[in-house]
Amino acid sequence: MILTRDWLLSDDPETRMQARMGQAYRLARALRRNPLAMVGLAIILALLVVAALAPWLAPYSPLDGTLSNRLQPPSAAHWMGTDELGRDILSRVIHGARITLFIVVLVAIISAPLGLLIGAVSGYYGGWVDRMLMGVTDIFLSMPRLILALAFVAALGPGIENAVIAIAITAWPVYARIARAETLTFRSADFIAAVQMQGASDLRIITRHVIPLCLSSTIVRVTLDMAGIILTAAGLGFLGLGAQPPLPEWGAMISRGRAFILDQWWVATMPGFAIVIVSLGFCLFGDGLRDVLDPKGRSK
Amino acid sequence: MSQAVRPLPARIAPFGWALATIALTFLGLLAITFTIGRVVPIDPVLAVVGDRASRETYEAARLAMGIDDPLVFQFARYVGDVLRGDLGMSVSTGRPVIEDLARVFPATLELATLGILIGVLIGVPMGVIAAARQGTWIDQIVRVLALAGYAIPAFWLGLVGLVIFYAQLRWVGGPGRIGIFLDGTVPVRTGLLLIDSLLDGNWRAFRSAWSHVVLPATILGFFSLAYIARMTRSFMLEQLGQEFIITARVKGAHERIIIWRHAFRPIRVQLITVIGLSYAGLLEGSVMIETVFSWPGIGNYLTTALLNADMNAVLGATLVVGAVFIGINRGSDLLYRLLDPRART
Repeated sequence: MILTRDWLLSDDPETRMQARMGQAYRLARALRRNPLAMVGLAIILALLVVAALAPWLAPYSPLDGTLSNRLQPPSAAHWMGTDELGRDILSRVIHGARITLFIVVLVAIISAPLGLLIGAVSGYYGGWVDRMLMGVTDIFLSMPRLILALAFVAALGPGIENAVIAIAITAWPVYARIARAETLTFRSADFIAAVQMQGASDLRIITRHVIPLCLSSTIVRVTLDMAGIILTAAGLGFLGLGAQPPLPEWGAMISRGRAFILDQWWVATMPGFAIVIVSLGFCLFGDGLRDVLDPKGRSK
Repeated sequence: MSQAVRPLPARIAPFGWALATIALTFLGLLAITFTIGRVVPIDPVLAVVGDRASRETYEAARLAMGIDDPLVFQFARYVGDVLRGDLGMSVSTGRPVIEDLARVFPATLELATLGILIGVLIGVPMGVIAAARQGTWIDQIVRVLALAGYAIPAFWLGLVGLVIFYAQLRWVGGPGRIGIFLDGTVPVRTGLLLIDSLLDGNWRAFRSAWSHVVLPATILGFFSLAYIARMTRSFMLEQLGQEFIITARVKGAHERIIIWRHAFRPIRVQLITVIGLSYAGLLEGSVMIETVFSWPGIGNYLTTALLNADMNAVLGATLVVGAVFIGINRGSDLLYRLLDPRART
């Protein structure tokens, strides 16, 4: 197998893998032409690297500080200053990348498949199944997501896992709607009829033929939603309902810094920059991905 | 189906259906709050009375809640209670939740309304101009604002705003609704402090209230502005690409008339939905902003209740915000269908 451009861009691929790799290559080429999307991608990659290498990148411990060194302004030794317990804020922000990544990945893993399944089943079966599932979806869609997440956390109890569950519960309806709309466009297509006549079960058709086709638009939407998920998680942390101290979660760090906001502004503002940059990264990359994968949904 | 000859019932029927959907959505909201209150907690009684309650209080609450009945009966009773305005007692304030909510709601309404005014009055013209002059600096600003609106946490922007405009520049009042010495000097009529102080002729109170509301309202307004400007821009671009615009240009119409009369008029109805959504979003966003600014509204009430594990208050506030949210959401949708003949079929 030779990885050349001609092989990748071949109009009549010989194997399925060649076709897939060619498709991925075309996608990457289209994305590369969008500088903003590349900036977004760079930010996301940076988040991944920082999260993976946090213990080696952070200059100090995220949990232990020297009290004599508390509330120091940004300096050469502490680039983002120190907090009320003398902990290095930069080190805490770096370790916080792990928590943020943990939250967005878990929310995506829970809510996207759930939404996909509900949407695909709804669109594939149609009739009363569709009406019932979409009724429930619409009810969830017309609720205020943040308030709903707050109420769920209130019942489940504060904590990072419960915050993830609460956000996931409020995030799936959008994906269900998208998957259903997508399914409706091809549910009476010949290839579905063909697998039906071959005797494939509904389960097989939905999981092997319907859901894969809904994937690209769902992935686009999940990427675009990441920013919102990060903000909601940080908001829950800020209210004291998400990650609990001493975990260096960015929202919780802002909340702790609130007490010193007027005199030691850096304690609360520094983690905020991290949130803004990472959210921006997902926004930019999601926009670029949408332009490439889903030209219909492009905003002008 | 011809429009003109359809009998009246056929024209009203879709609206009846829409109203039924709204009613169903409200029922769904109740089902969700019911589930959160009764099904999710391991001990719902404890969640309501709090862990400091005595044995007698606990038993009384347990009896009153009818925990041993089937869930369907409990839900029916819950719906009945809510419809009669009974949201239970708040553990932390010791008053009925509905009274608490009535007291704090005007503060949120005042904040969100000022926010949406800022969003509409600045956002709509910005979006229109951005579309009319595509690619210019104002277009770029709208793009950047839209991105910022997605990426910046509201509570953080609130804190940064406090540092800059309150602590450093001293342009605005600090947290709270009014200066500490003026608190309670304005008789409550509408609950909207700006209006009450005007009605009272109390200029000092008005100025103080204004200086306190302007920063949180601007920050809320920023988020609605970002969204409204982006949507206006995209609606306008769609219109400006239409053939009737070319016709108007060929006829030699003035550019201002083309933009405001030919292109802007048709999108007004679409904007209603966007503004409605945005307003509903502000009510939600005010939860965070109110916490940052110690604004004694429904958001602050909700977060205080959350931290005190005051479940009746949490669910009551969720219910009210949710109901208003759904009302505005579906209401603007209905209005859209009423005003736009194209959406009626």
